[in-house]
Amino acid sequence: MSLFDMRLSDIHNRLHHKDLSVSELVDASLKQIGETDGKIGAFLTMDEAGAKKQAGELDAWTGERGLLFGLPAGIKDNIVTEGLRTTCASQFLANYNPIYDAGVVTKLKSAQSVTVGKLNMDEFAMGGSNENSSFHPVRNPWDTSRVPGGSSGGSAASVAAGQVYFSLGSDTGGSIRQPAAYCGVVGLKPTYGLVSRYGLVAFASSLDQIGPITKNVEDAAYVLQAIAGHDERDSTSANVDIPDYASSLTGDVKGLRIAVPKEYFGEGVDTQVKERVLEALKVYESMGAVWEEVSLPHTEYAVAAYYLLASSEASSNLARFDGVRYGVRSENPANLLDLYRRSRSDGFGAEVKRRIMLGTYALSSGYYDAYYKKAQQVRTLVKRDFDQVFERFDIILAPTAPTTAFKLGEQADDPLTMYMNDICTIPASLAGIPAISIPCGLAEGLPVGLQIMGKPFDEATVLRAAHAYEGNTEHHKLRPAL
Amino acid sequence: MSITVKDVEHVANLARLELSEAEKDRLAGQLSTILEYADKLNELDTNGIEPTSHVLPIYNVMREDEVRPSLSAEKALLNAPEEEDGHFRVPAVME
Repeated sequence: MSLFDMRLSDIHNRLHHKDLSVSELVDASLKQIGETDGKIGAFLTMDEAGAKKQAGELDAWTGERGLLFGLPAGIKDNIVTEGLRTTCASQFLANYNPIYDAGVVTKLKSAQSVTVGKLNMDEFAMGGSNENSSFHPVRNPWDTSRVPGGSSGGSAASVAAGQVYFSLGSDTGGSIRQPAAYCGVVGLKPTYGLVSRYGLVAFASSLDQIGPITKNVEDAAYVLQAIAGHDERDSTSANVDIPDYASSLTGDVKGLRIAVPKEYFGEGVDTQVKERVLEALKVYESMGAVWEEVSLPHTEYAVAAYYLLASSEASSNLARFDGVRYGVRSENPANLLDLYRRSRSDGFGAEVKRRIMLGTYALSSGYYDAYYKKAQQVRTLVKRDFDQVFERFDIILAPTAPTTAFKLGEQADDPLTMYMNDICTIPASLAGIPAISIPCGLAEGLPVGLQIMGKPFDEATVLRAAHAYEGNTEHHKLRPAL
Repeated sequence: MSITVKDVEHVANLARLELSEAEKDRLAGQLSTILEYADKLNELDTNGIEPTSHVLPIYNVMREDEVRPSLSAEKALLNAPEEEDGHFRVPAVME
């Protein structure tokens, strides 16, 4: 058994009794990355020296131990780390060395986890397959001819491949949950505003949220505990009390009211994916939960609204990449305007340009009301659907993605088909509610994700429901043969 | 909604992007397809529906107007492609 299959409390016990050292944990991580990452491609930048140095310091540490003490972690490469190259998987930032730590990185440091490196992703988090990384794609540990999902593909693949104990990803329209589903791991998108985005390179500011990717629900609760909380440096950070998430993992879901939205089981959703999710529902039934079919009638409009809103926000956010203050600058520009144009055109990949173009169009004079404002109004309708269901139910249960992982190259030339993969994850993003993906079995040897959505700031119930299911099933223990 | 190469050129100019002829052709087709799909939103009557810009009940976040430590010029320039005398250097703005 890999060290990383041990429960966090067992690792901490062994560290406490000196049966295990942080250096051994970090060496195990580095060794596994060395042996497997040639095939997987999860990492863009390693910090081997920094990780070893920190491991030595933690082994000598005699003070009170942090919540994630000694655990090797990987961080998605759109979260800035002081002095450790952060590229967003873009040529534009190929040599960018951040001058400060993101809020979550500071929090991980005080929780005393050990960052071993930065994880590959779709460029600027735009994509659902990790094929949009401008360095190299990530491959799914379950089948290396397939994608790991995206945009947090490196974050999910590295946990699935046993390279790190946990990772951080970011989710704008499903970028934590969908790769977690494809790679057979746990991925949690917290409520919008629960985790500080200070130092997260912005894609779509009204949607972006950082969250954990782990091998089980308990670990997701611990990592969330470490990174949640108000940060005045992020003006969208919510000032709410943070509960003790681990204490919500009671195993008890008796009387839990589950809504099952029929729109998530329609055309385009793979039969075997539906079967796995319906089997999960049976497990909940056997544990005493009650469920009912419901309708979230505006679901079919969510993808269109999302791509207009997210692209519009991206076109504005990415205006900062102008070749003046950081990033690439093209040679011998004729003038300032030429410098902007050529630096951006040389630095951005095809998908990023496509979204900037779409967003700029949607915000341009004459089209703003027809596209941007209309999409914002539809967002209100999508959110109301959820509000109404949550008046009567505690959680909503659905597939995380309509299919299992597809092959590299299969959808690369068809942006709209690629966007439709996000149909199950986008609605929760628009509504800003918490949602987790957990493994619920295999379909033809590939992992299927079960999605549990909850009320705003009610991560405790989402985690409790996910944990209870996990405790009654073995799916989360399946590992890919690497 | 059909997007022409001329539309693409106009939007690329607004977005400060320089596109090759092949990119313009491809984007005209792809943006047309995506926007045709987006026209689906017109099936919904949204008259009188408030737009949602973000979901939190947070509006203007204020703090006391007091001086705090901020980034040094030296640090801010660490990633600059070109700098001079503590400033970011760019080509002449005025011809």
